[in-house]
Formats: sequence, structure tokens, C-alpha cells
Amino acid sequence: MVAELGNFALILALIMAVVQGTIPLIGAHTRSAAWIAVARPAANAQFAFVALAFAALTYSFVVSDFSVLTVANNSHTLKPLLYKITGVWGNHEGSLLLWILILTLFGASVAWFGTNLPPGLRARVLAVQALIGVGFLSFILLTSNPFERILEAPFEGNGLNPLLQDPGLAFHPPLLYLGYVGFSMAFSFAVAALIEGRVDPAWARWVRPWTLAAWTFLTAGIVLGSWWAYYELGWGGFWFWDPVENASFMPWLAGTALLHSAVVVERRDTLKSWTILLAILTFSLSLLGTFIVRSGILTSVHAFATDPERGYFILGFLVLVIGGSLILYAVRAPALKSGGVFAPISREGALVLNNLLLATATATVLLGTLYPLLLDLFTGKKVSVGAPFFEATFFPIMAPLLAAAVIGPMLSWKRGDLMGALQRLRVAFFVSAGIALAVWAFVSGGTWLSTLGIALGAWLVAGSFASLAERIKLLRAPLADSLRRAIHLPRAAWGMTLAHTGLGIFLLGGTVMLTWQTEATQVMRPGDVVSVAGYDLTFQGVGNIPGPNYMAERALFSVSRDGEVVTNLLPEKRAYVSSGMPTTEAGIKATWAGDLYAVIGDADGKGGWATRFFFKPFVHWMWIGASVMVLGGVVSLTDRRHRVGAPERRREPAAGPAPRMAGE
Amino acid sequence: MTRKRQRMIFVVTGLISLGVATGLVLLALGDNLVFFHGPSEVVSEDFPPQRRFRLGGLVEEGSLQRNDDGLTVEFVVTDLVHVVPVTFTGILPDLFREGQGVVAEGRLGTDGIFVATDVLAKHDETYIPADVVAALKAAGQWQGD
Repeated sequence: MVAELGNFALILALIMAVVQGTIPLIGAHTRSAAWIAVARPAANAQFAFVALAFAALTYSFVVSDFSVLTVANNSHTLKPLLYKITGVWGNHEGSLLLWILILTLFGASVAWFGTNLPPGLRARVLAVQALIGVGFLSFILLTSNPFERILEAPFEGNGLNPLLQDPGLAFHPPLLYLGYVGFSMAFSFAVAALIEGRVDPAWARWVRPWTLAAWTFLTAGIVLGSWWAYYELGWGGFWFWDPVENASFMPWLAGTALLHSAVVVERRDTLKSWTILLAILTFSLSLLGTFIVRSGILTSVHAFATDPERGYFILGFLVLVIGGSLILYAVRAPALKSGGVFAPISREGALVLNNLLLATATATVLLGTLYPLLLDLFTGKKVSVGAPFFEATFFPIMAPLLAAAVIGPMLSWKRGDLMGALQRLRVAFFVSAGIALAVWAFVSGGTWLSTLGIALGAWLVAGSFASLAERIKLLRAPLADSLRRAIHLPRAAWGMTLAHTGLGIFLLGGTVMLTWQTEATQVMRPGDVVSVAGYDLTFQGVGNIPGPNYMAERALFSVSRDGEVVTNLLPEKRAYVSSGMPTTEAGIKATWAGDLYAVIGDADGKGGWATRFFFKPFVHWMWIGASVMVLGGVVSLTDRRHRVGAPERRREPAAGPAPRMAGE
Repeated sequence: MTRKRQRMIFVVTGLISLGVATGLVLLALGDNLVFFHGPSEVVSEDFPPQRRFRLGGLVEEGSLQRNDDGLTVEFVVTDLVHVVPVTFTGILPDLFREGQGVVAEGRLGTDGIFVATDVLAKHDETYIPADVVAALKAAGQWQGD
């Protein structure tokens, strides 16, 4: 009954989306206020119906209604409640429904908060948003209905992939989707602006907070995923350059570029058509990512619930959306008035450089990700492009970007003084160079690459601090005065400082971890001792521990340093009741210097166990750095200028847009 | 600064960064491509030796053996027509099982034994790597679909 209700709600949502995608668009064109006014209630209704459907599916999961196919395939009565709920999006159908829920949520928030948007623009934005919804709602209803029934309901479900039964991964997809789908707002605004033929600073003031919010969620989602990979998969890594990871990383790179170019549109009223293009490309990469993940077309280690047949539908939709919006762009963009000119050495110039490098980096990641597919298509050869390719192409492009990220904010708009900026950054320069040289001189095992990584990381941290210190006149004015300035500094400036600092901390952590990590793999018998990075790990044995829906073999290692007991590490191998599938739980002890990481493998049948230890120095710097970046995004969002709904548009005719395009 | 000059500067820097990126990509592709081969290809006469590649297929039932050191394992990868023996030192991924799909990366020794440096993990039990499916299809042994 509940499932039928959900199914019905989905159909109503689709009808609502069709209405919302057409009537307001026509209304905005013919300037019919009544037709324009359809947009807001339609957006609300569409969201309400999808939310109802989502609630219905969640209910089916919670009560373990195995007559619903999706529930039977992906749930189990023994699962803890949290994982029954998160299991809703741990499968193809449910995760697609979550995708749509978030899409309609963003649409509805334009209806809620966009009260002072010109009605014509708002109607067009909502219409474009609804058209994306039409695509995905028909996809889910035609090919992946989550409410499909089975005639003979089984007594027990198949269970959720145990790897997904983890708090880190439970919240990874919603965050990731909030990011992915959040870029749909920038896309809808871009297409609406192209239809209107006008982009002004007020437009950018609208697009920026949405992009920023999406970027913040996406950053958090990616980091949560890679943190999960680090502690759950037991291989000690955190990033594999796998197609599915790249699928989320490409929109992140393009979104980061969009974030920066929107600043130029907002502040300087220039770079407009490039920003529109970036908005289209960013969301296209999100769609491409969805296609890669959902279709399983690329060989990936993350193959959760994929289905190639359904991939064709998304592929068709992808072609339609990207092709359509790019054609619209080609036709309309030349008519966009370009704004003021600026010298290459200027804040705008630095932001253009940022965009150029980020776009190039995105292109190399895209190429590396799709290359195996293209090669297979044209030559039939099977090939994989792994980490070495991405490391060899991505990092050389990023290095100048990171160096420039500190200098850019020190330049003034329009025409900057590079020498002056460098002059003011000399302390930061000597501090970071000093740190890098000291590490190179006194710590063995480093390479020129690690020295560069440390120098760039320290440069980002020290340079961001220097630029902040200058803005609040630290040490040059009385402390109380500096404090007052710090409080009154725009939140966006704080956000930028935090985000750049966080990136620096992340880079420092990553560099140190990758350069100086140590590893030991061996077979141990109870009583054996292995030393890793100054810690002595004594193997005490393995015991069987029952969990709520699994049996675990848990090893006990007592860890001591210089004869003093530090802690116990308890890595596990779990076998899940429902599927018998084994998983590894790493035992991790976080210390100030880094993580001590233990994994247990198979028994050798003669009383010994394969064991593996890592010492990962500074690894927490990566998580802290990424969190600081997310914090930067959040702080920037609270800026008065960016607060959703706050910006005032320039004076505007009461109803409908004022077309300013040549030839109209 | 005229608009024309500004555009020129954009175009030139754009071309430079594209050029550098293209160079990097070509350089990296030449060195870092890892080809995928099924057992039938590997045992054929004209198989180029000494290159790093990924071997995919099924782990033959009953072929898994553990050496005395407890860490080195030997198993046989098959596409149900030809077989390639594999040796690997380290901890096997959780989902490694006899009779199931596997992808291993490494080099083929002169003795015909594939020395794997990585055995790739997968995250889902029912999942068979697409490449393995293709290798089985190529050998005419695919039973799915």
C-alpha cells in the first residue's frame, strides 16, 4: 500500500515537472504573469511529491517490506536501524530517488528564497530545473522503479553490501549528491540567463552562493568517501584515481573554477560568457559522473549496483542536456555584452589563470578517465589508466596554480602590482622556503617532489596568513584595532583564507604521508613482535566476536614504545550473516605524529596469520585540512552579500525580463 | 590595455597551457598505460613479454596454494580455455575466491609465471569486472546474460 502511494507520488511529481518545465517558460516568453506564477507552486508540489515517495521508500526499508523488490534485494531484518535507513540509497533505485529528491529540493529552495529574483528569471530557472527533473523522473519510472513489487515476497532480504554498513559511507552519498546536484542550480541559472540574453552582477550574486553551497557539500562528500576508503578498505590508501572517484573529482575541479570566475562576474562584470560555459560544463560533468557510476561502463573497483542497460538512458539524456545547452550557448553567448578590460597582472588576471589551470587539469582527468573507453571503442584494446598517469599530468598543472593562489588575492582589481605583492609576501616566502629546506636538509628519505610539496603547502598557509595579517593591519595598528578589523572583514574573505589555508594543510599532510609512510607485511604467530616506526606490536592472538549481523575474527596487538605500553589495536575480519561476504576492519591508533594502522589477513593454517602494519605520518593533517576547506565554504556562505535571498537586483521592470539582445 | 590585446593574451596563455597539458598527457600515456589481457592472449605465441599488464579471468577451483612463508600465494587464472599461473606476495583482498573473477597487475616472468604486484579488490560480491567478462567472451566461455 505504502509502496503504491510512493509510486503514485512519483508519477504526480513527473506530471508536475512537465508542467513546471513548460508553462513558466512560455509565460516568461510571452510575459504572461499568470503563467509565470505557475512556477513556484509547481516547484513546491514537485518537491512535496518526491519527498512523499522518498518517505514511502524509507518506510518500506524500515519495516522490511520484502514484497518491494528493492527492499528484498538490499535489506535484511537483522540490520541495525541506521543501516536500514541509509540502505535506502545504498542501491541503484534508491540512490536515484535521492538524486531526484535533492534536485527538487534545490528547485523548491529557489521558490522559497528567490522572492526578490525578477519573476521572469525565476520562472525560467525553475523551468530548466524542472526539465532536468523530467529526465530523471522518467528515467526512474521507466527503468528503475524503486517501488516494483515481487509476487512472492521472500521471508528475508539479501542484505546490504557490508562495506556500505558504515557511518562514514552512510552519509557519503547524500553529501556527494548535494554537491553534484547542487551544480544543477548554476546550470539552470546559466541556461535561464542564456534564454534571457543577459548576465549582470546580480546574476552572479545569485549563482555564487548556490555554487559555493554545492562545492562545500561536494568537498565534504569526497573527503568523507576517501576517509572511508582509508579506514574501511584496509589497503591504507585514500585515493585510487579510479573512474568512479574521478567522476566526483571532475565536477569538483570545474566547480572550483566556477566559484572563482563567478567572483569576477560579480565584482567586475566581466568574464560572463566563460562563466556561463563553466556552469554548463560543471553540471555536465556531474551528469557524466552519474552516468559513469550508474552504468558501470568503466571498469571500476567501486561497482555498487550498476546496470549497463540503464546507462544508455542516462547517456541519451546526457547528450540531450549537454548538446542542447551547448548549442544554446553557441547561439546566444556572442550577444552577451562583455565588461571592462583588465591587465594580465591583476586580480581578474589571477582568477583567469586559476580557471585556465583548473580547466586544463579537469581536461587531463577527463581524458585519463575516458581514454580506456575510447581505446576500447576504436581499437578493441583493453587498457587501464592508473595513478601514475594522473600523477604525471595532474600535479605539474596544479603546482603553478597553488603558487599563484597566494599571490592572486594580493593583487588589486583591474591592474595589479606583482612586484609589490611579492614584496609584501616575502616573509611568507622565506618561511615556507625555510621550512622546505630544513625538512630537505634534516629529514632523510625526502625527494625533490616532497620538498616542493612541503614548500607549496607551507606557502599556501603562510601566504594566506600574510594576506589576512595585511588586511587587518596586524602588528601595524593597535591590537584592538586589528581585532575590530578582523571582525568586520567580509566573511567571504575569511572563507577564502580558510579554504586556501585548508588546502595548504591538506597538501602538507598528503606530502608527508606519501613520502614517509612505512609498511610491514608478514606472518605472525601469537607472541611475535614487529617494529614499525618505533612502535613494537606484539601479536596476542585472534578471537571470535559476534556482531549484530556478522561474525568477526578479531586480532589483538598490544603496542608499546620504548618498553611502555601505548595501546591495543583490534583489527577485524568480518563475515556477514546475510551474504557471507567478508570485510576488513582496520585497527587504527591516531597519535600526534600520525596513524598506526593494522590489518589482519588470512590464517596460514599452521597457527600463523598474515598481518600488515602501516605508519602514516601526518595523515590527520589531510582530514583537518579538508575540514578547514569545508569550513571556509560554510563561513563564506554566511557572508551578507551571499546570503541566499539577500542581494538586491538593480532596478527592474515589474514583470518579465527586459530582453537586451541584439536582433530581438 | 585594449580589448583586442587582452583577448590575445588570453588566447596565447590558453594555448600555452593546452600545449603543456598535451605534452604531459602524451608523455604520461606512453609510459603509464597498463593493458589488459586474458589468459588466451597471454599464452599465445606473439605475446610481447616484459611489459606490465593486467591479467584477468577466473581463479581456477582448487588452484590456490599458500607457500611456507605464509604470505606468498600461488593460483591459476583461467578463461576456461587457457590458464596462466600467478604468484603473489601479500594479503589477498577480502573478496578473492576460487571460481570467481579476479584482476591482477604485474609482469610475466620468463618461466611463464605471472608475478603479480597487486591483486585488485572489488567492493561487491556479485560483481565481475567487465574486462573479465570480455576475456571470457573472447574465449567463448561466457555463460551469463
